[in-house]
Amino acid sequence: MDVTIPILILAIPLFMFVFLGLTGMKMSHKVAGILGTCGMGTVLVLAYYTAFQYFFSGADIFINGAGERLQYLVFDQTWLQFTENLVIKLGFLLDPISAMMLVVITTISFMVHLYSMGYMRDHHGVYEHGFQRFYAFLSLFSFSMLGLVVAPNIFQMYIFWELVGASSYLLIGFYYTKPSAVSASKKAFIVTRFADLGFLIGILTLSWYTGTFNFTELTSIPVEGMAGVSQVNIGTAEYVRGIFANSAAPTFMGASVLTWALVLIFMGGMGKSAMMPLHIWLPDAMEGPTPVSALIHAATMVVAGVYLVARLFPLYLMEEAALDIIVVVGAVTALYAAMVACTQLDIKRVLAFSTISQIAFMMVSLGVARPEFHHGLGYMASMFHLFTHAMFKALLFLCAGALIHAIGSNNYTEMHGLRKHMPITHVAFLIGCLAIAGIIPFAGFFSKDEILTACFGHSIFWYIWMSAVAGLTAFYMFRLYYLIFWWKEHKTPEGHHAPHDQPWTMTLPLVILSVVSCVAGFVPFGNLVTWNGHPMFESVDFFTNLKALDWSVASISLLVALAAIGLATVMYRKENALPSKMRNALPALWTWCFHRFYFDELYMFITHRIIFGCISRPLAWFDRHVIDGTMDAFATITNKASEVIKPLQSGQIQMYVWYYLVGALLLGGITALCVI
Amino acid sequence: MEITAIYYLVPALVMFCCGVYGFITRKNMIAMLISLELMLNAVDINFVVFNRYLYPEQMEGMFFTLFAIAIAAAETALAIAIIINIFRAAKNIDVRSLNEMKF
Repeated sequence: MDVTIPILILAIPLFMFVFLGLTGMKMSHKVAGILGTCGMGTVLVLAYYTAFQYFFSGADIFINGAGERLQYLVFDQTWLQFTENLVIKLGFLLDPISAMMLVVITTISFMVHLYSMGYMRDHHGVYEHGFQRFYAFLSLFSFSMLGLVVAPNIFQMYIFWELVGASSYLLIGFYYTKPSAVSASKKAFIVTRFADLGFLIGILTLSWYTGTFNFTELTSIPVEGMAGVSQVNIGTAEYVRGIFANSAAPTFMGASVLTWALVLIFMGGMGKSAMMPLHIWLPDAMEGPTPVSALIHAATMVVAGVYLVARLFPLYLMEEAALDIIVVVGAVTALYAAMVACTQLDIKRVLAFSTISQIAFMMVSLGVARPEFHHGLGYMASMFHLFTHAMFKALLFLCAGALIHAIGSNNYTEMHGLRKHMPITHVAFLIGCLAIAGIIPFAGFFSKDEILTACFGHSIFWYIWMSAVAGLTAFYMFRLYYLIFWWKEHKTPEGHHAPHDQPWTMTLPLVILSVVSCVAGFVPFGNLVTWNGHPMFESVDFFTNLKALDWSVASISLLVALAAIGLATVMYRKENALPSKMRNALPALWTWCFHRFYFDELYMFITHRIIFGCISRPLAWFDRHVIDGTMDAFATITNKASEVIKPLQSGQIQMYVWYYLVGALLLGGITALCVI
Repeated sequence: MEITAIYYLVPALVMFCCGVYGFITRKNMIAMLISLELMLNAVDINFVVFNRYLYPEQMEGMFFTLFAIAIAAAETALAIAIIINIFRAAKNIDVRSLNEMKF
């Protein structure tokens, strides 16, 4: 395969970042926006072409005789060579998940580029300050995210992992004159950086024992006589696996080193993907412009943690303990975030908690995936949900952006009854809600159903748990929907225009993403993305997913979702007293949910009281009084001593002579004594 | 009675001590200069005496003494010039009141 197109996919966004960053202020706002959008559009075409080639060309470098998809290294250049073994390479790896992510990232990024042309200006059409900078940062983010997903080794992934963190920081803090945005960006950066510490230690541990950074060597699929599963890559994988399968494998504190490394790497994923207890940055990250929330904090960057686990999935399979940890963390996070989302007032915060909950679904799905059950259905379901979730959550965020733009507030207590004023946004939002609630035939139904089936195959307990969370999801999304578009008639404040649909640059992405949310569920993912590249279906047509449904699971999840929607309809369609009655029935639960279970306060307590109070303050005291004190003492002693001996220089020449004489006589006398 | 080196060295020592004493105690700068000359001449005597008694066949000590006398003359001229200038500036050549150059 030609290397030009893959290189261009990475080079164009990087070039746009440098170009717009350096010369953006010299050109008009409109030109900068169009340039950025056109650049992203080119990348979109190239990425679609690459993904199409990978999935459908049938070339024998991408797919073998048995119909299994292979990993293909487009290029892999040595970048830094420290020693013979410690070599860091930069490259471009094509495999099912990276090709799928190329499509997701470029689609959402292009939609957001287009949408921002309308969003980043006020009602009079005046562009916001720093519009060109915004596009430069969007390009930087797209570059970093694309580099992350195509990374053929874990170190390149780490580099781009930090780059997406940095661009997320820059974009959250885009309104840098607003103190809340500045502190939100710092919070996001610090929390994810803390998690990345674990990631780095995990990488170093893993590569120390295996001697390689490369995914192809680390994760090629094990065989061990499993029916219907065969090896995809044979490299040094046997050697790598031998290190850990060995009974004398190194252990640390009772767990094998591999478990430690995988859990630490998962910690990095927890930070990026906002798993509890490292989720606190994501709701605050909503301080950034809404298109940024759609791109970074809903569709692409926050699923990097899921992507990381999926990347290393064959390694995780060797340590089921690590997978169990992932399931528990994911399931608890999913329930927690769904409960909190039921009480929030800020539309973007509801969506943020919904994102946390949905990412947790993907994590759980990866955690319950086992090759024995439907060829690792959970893995496929997780990637499928990643794909569909990116589409409908970006859609919901962009709708939220349109609403915020029209109303001028994030708070949906000021929205109510907008269905007649903004019909396109209303329909798009409804489609997004149906998709996330899991109503057939919208995208979320199929992916969520696969996840629940995978949970069912693993353990009945987690199946019931996740079904309950899915019901909660439907409930809070429709609560949001009814409160925004129904509840009571909209009252436009005096002196304001009535809210209306937005210009075409903002509406077109909504329409496109709505269509995608309707049909994405029919994509036969089982044949495109599986953990070992082995296709799940013999033949494929448009209704493959529909035919493959396990109706016992699907009908239950549909019933749960419909019941939740029904409950939301009863409670929130018309203004009534039921919600406040329910709140008063369980005041403690409501308060805890409303305050997000006091996680922020807990962090404040730990950082301010315990870390600052018990560790930092004594250290500061030690620094100020002991270390600085020693240096100050030297200076003071020198100063005092010079004050004391200063009068000796009296200006009286005869005194000097006298000192000299006495000194000379003393020296002479001492010398004489010594000689004698 | 034979005249030995000690007959020269003792008066030279007395002269030198007088010079030191005068240099430290006199207030007048001219007097200090005279004391300085006393010390210098005491040293010159020592040169000549040691040359005469230890190495009578050589003349280095004599030459060095003549050389020192010439340098001393120049140095005295310089010192007197400085003293005159100080007197012009301060109307005073009392060394104890000239104590501006201190910390």
